[in-house]
Amino acid sequence: MIALNINKKIYHIDADPETPLLWVLRDHVGLVGTKFGCGVAQCGACVVHLNGEAVRSCVTKLSRAVGKKVVTIEGLSEKNDHPLQKAWLELDVSQCGYCQAGQIMSAAVLLKENKNPTDQDINDAMAGNICRCGTYLRIREAIHLASELQRKGGGNS
Amino acid sequence: MNKQISNRRNYSSNFRLLIVIGLLCGGIGIMAFTMNKDNSLKVVKSNSLSPIKKDSVTSVKAFQQVYTVLMSARCMNCHPSGNVPLQGDDSHLHTMLPQRGIDGKGVYAMKCANCHQPTNTAGLHTPPGNPNWHLPPANMRMVFQGRTPRQLAKQLIDPKQNGHKDLKKLIAHADDGLVLAGWNPGEGRTLPPMSHAAFKKAWLTWLNTGAFAPAK
Repeated sequence: MIALNINKKIYHIDADPETPLLWVLRDHVGLVGTKFGCGVAQCGACVVHLNGEAVRSCVTKLSRAVGKKVVTIEGLSEKNDHPLQKAWLELDVSQCGYCQAGQIMSAAVLLKENKNPTDQDINDAMAGNICRCGTYLRIREAIHLASELQRKGGGNS
Repeated sequence: MNKQISNRRNYSSNFRLLIVIGLLCGGIGIMAFTMNKDNSLKVVKSNSLSPIKKDSVTSVKAFQQVYTVLMSARCMNCHPSGNVPLQGDDSHLHTMLPQRGIDGKGVYAMKCANCHQPTNTAGLHTPPGNPNWHLPPANMRMVFQGRTPRQLAKQLIDPKQNGHKDLKKLIAHADDGLVLAGWNPGEGRTLPPMSHAAFKKAWLTWLNTGAFAPAK
């Protein structure tokens, strides 16, 4: 059994250390907010935080997560009130929604490291997250709104 | 008479002092790693190195081999002329356009280690892995792309452009973990044009024969 800290809880996982973290999250723990997209780190749908970094869980082995803190979309905020979640709802960003957990988790790292990102900063941070519905313009707008909410102290970031 | 003897003694002692200073300066010069006007290395004293025996013909010939490796996709892709790494055997811009960042490890949600794991990921064209995956940092970009053999040779031995490496560090760099990763690139990628052993031999030959830069 491998102990794993996910969203501030310790889970004991019965899985091979080589198992991708995404499989552990979805199939072993039941946290299905994180999505499988491409399986080869090309689309960003599976982004979770590993010690605060936006790793792609489809290619991250369980062994790499041992001793570190994993945060999924379910654990981003306690009351779904992260500035990004508020902004996403406010601007109705999602269309099909499949990529949105990964988009939000990537954007959360951007806003943690840059409180007032420019369009170029957003491009640089989000270029690895693909949305086949093409919601990019709303994503950009929502990140700007979230950064404004964050600066004003709104939401739980 | 006494004055003459005294003058001779003074002259003799001054002469000895000059010799001692000369020897000291020479010693420091021998131990230093600097470039001559002809862009070759001076003699370097180090326990781990063969003493440099200058031979411009052998040196340039060895560098031509080194150059083919450094300009191969496995080396050049992480030494791009811009701030986006290259990718694939054709050295196209890395998909997603990840940025170099200040430390060479990417920015925000696009850091190298977010996709590049400590080891290669299984499968064709999946992200290759290394525990220390990165580009050269923004303040020392160490560009290979577009460099002629002469430009690259001169750049490689200039501590202001090579990451502050002296000869000892340059030699050690042949066995650096990321350099070695070039010969373990993951599935679907062409290896450098010679073995690592052959590359290292050419690298050492180039350095130990004076690190001469080719004419062009």
